[in-house]
Amino acid sequence: MSAIVCQDLCKTFEQGEQRIIGLDRVSLSIEAGELLCLSGPSGSGKTTLLNAMGGLDTPDSGSITLGGRRIDQLSRGALADLRLREIGFVFQAYNLIPVLSARENVEFVMQVQGLAPALRRERAAGVLTEVGLAGLEERRPAEMSGGQQQRVAVARAIASEPQLVLADEPTANLDSQSATQLMDLFQALNRNRNVTFVLATHDPRVMAYARRLVRMEDGRVIDDVAQQPSGRPSVGRPSVGRPSVGSEG
Amino acid sequence: MHWPLGSLLTLAWRNLWRNYRRTLIMLLAIALGVWAMIVMSALMRGMTDQMVRNGLATLPGEAQIHHPEFLLDPSVVNHMPMPAGRLLEQLNSAPITAWAARLRVPAVLASEYASRGVTLLGVDPAQEDALGSLPETLLEGRMLAGADDRGILLGAGLAARLETGLGKRIVLMTQDTANNVADRGVRIVGIYRARLQGDEERFAYVGRGALQELLGLEQRVTEIAVSASDYTAVDAWLPALQAAASPELEVLGWTELHTFLGSMLAVQEGFVLVFMVVVFLVLSFGLINTLVMAVFERTRELGLMQALGMRPALILLQVLLESLLLLALGLLAGNSLALATLLPLRDGVDISAVAEGMEMMEMGTTLYPLLALDDMLMSTAVVLTLGLLASLLPAWRASRLDPVRALARH
Repeated sequence: MSAIVCQDLCKTFEQGEQRIIGLDRVSLSIEAGELLCLSGPSGSGKTTLLNAMGGLDTPDSGSITLGGRRIDQLSRGALADLRLREIGFVFQAYNLIPVLSARENVEFVMQVQGLAPALRRERAAGVLTEVGLAGLEERRPAEMSGGQQQRVAVARAIASEPQLVLADEPTANLDSQSATQLMDLFQALNRNRNVTFVLATHDPRVMAYARRLVRMEDGRVIDDVAQQPSGRPSVGRPSVGRPSVGSEG
Repeated sequence: MHWPLGSLLTLAWRNLWRNYRRTLIMLLAIALGVWAMIVMSALMRGMTDQMVRNGLATLPGEAQIHHPEFLLDPSVVNHMPMPAGRLLEQLNSAPITAWAARLRVPAVLASEYASRGVTLLGVDPAQEDALGSLPETLLEGRMLAGADDRGILLGAGLAARLETGLGKRIVLMTQDTANNVADRGVRIVGIYRARLQGDEERFAYVGRGALQELLGLEQRVTEIAVSASDYTAVDAWLPALQAAASPELEVLGWTELHTFLGSMLAVQEGFVLVFMVVVFLVLSFGLINTLVMAVFERTRELGLMQALGMRPALILLQVLLESLLLLALGLLAGNSLALATLLPLRDGVDISAVAEGMEMMEMGTTLYPLLALDDMLMSTAVVLTLGLLASLLPAWRASRLDPVRALARH
């Protein structure tokens, strides 16, 4: 079953008098449990596509279906609910709330969801252990390394048990070792929890983990291939092609 | 939609102290504003209270009963009988605590050197004492011994004007009910000091029985002054008194008898509110600036919260809670500061340097600040209402942020 289906998505931005094409008739179908990488140079449209899939931005035309439900025409409030309950986000710059501890950051989404305190605590402790941060629960973001902060962000994204996690350049600010650890974590979560991961990146270390690689350029999908994930990074390794799934170049 | 108030409060509290210098400066500004509101209103209320009390002491009483023509023509011809029957019964029942029947007539007092026009009060000292309308300070001699005392009690100011003194005889001249001159020599038995210098020169006291005898008015008076001790509660008992008095009598409360004082009290209530609103309007610009800066600095964070699924209404609530905490702390500090200022002043502030000017407003030489719970509640209501209204704009802007743009901000 498809986790998310994008059909003929178009998005343009105004920058002064210039009109910039963000997405140009993008169609993409992502199956549940996939670990997919959107790659391409800066300005290729991968973040715009990720934002549209996550209900953070609305396309000018086309449709997005998440779990069988059209989301491109939902109201602001309904989109907020959708992000709250069905999607986990991991951003480039960690994006933790600085006045909250690691545990409180992880619990934050669950608090907004209205989960009982005991359940929140139990889940937060569980996911923080799962991402390797046991013992650091009460540290604030400023007291943690970049890699640890990004792990907290991952823990926050998966704590509410979403079926889809969207990550935008998750390793951009991490050193090589932290990036590898993070991708190992994504891979394990994808396998163990069957969570669908869609990652926007131009980092070859990340692409190496993907089971499907979608290349974008100028707002269009130019390549969509399946590959055998290496598990460990192999920079510049060519992708192993397989027929694309519902892609458009 | 779930409202995670506990989490929002935690966030609001911690965010408040992220830029603690800015928060402390704003807190100081709110606290000083609240302090100014409460202290100024306590001083104003104390001043008005004294003006009313001094006015009522001179009036005297919180209500008076007269012949219907007496206020237009305060002469002896407009006399009335001593209270009796239902009226007497009403005067002797709660909440009325004291009453005095008196003769109030214009008169001329003449010594061997000078003469002065005065208001002559024929009183029963026992009734007046209960009413608290006798002079508080006796400088020389004695008070009137009873309603039939044939002596006269003069103010020190009047005695000086007449160039007379204790034990001397002066001539008292007035008109009787037939418009004939009624005069008599009277001996000065006491010299008093009044709170207001003007009263010393204006009022002279004689025994009511002696004055009735001089005017040929047996058991008749011109005024019955009534008090229940609390001038703010007159409306509660005045109707019963009016019902008990005969239709030929006029029963009026102090706000009608002394319209200046009555309107003064009403104006003061309005002025306190206007003063509070003006003070806080000035403060609200600082508050808006603080919150706008806080929202501006946290644009990315607020965008993140929206991206994670927090509804705009919750973002709005979070910023408002931050403002509410700031206002509550400012109120706490301001109220504490005001109490710390006013408590040491409860025995009065010496304003003798400006006493002459204040006397025109029936003020004494000491100002007693009056801290009213109503004023503290009103300042709290003004600060919270206007503060939250002022916070709505930055809070609304925070809630309308586009998460994509906010997250892209560096």
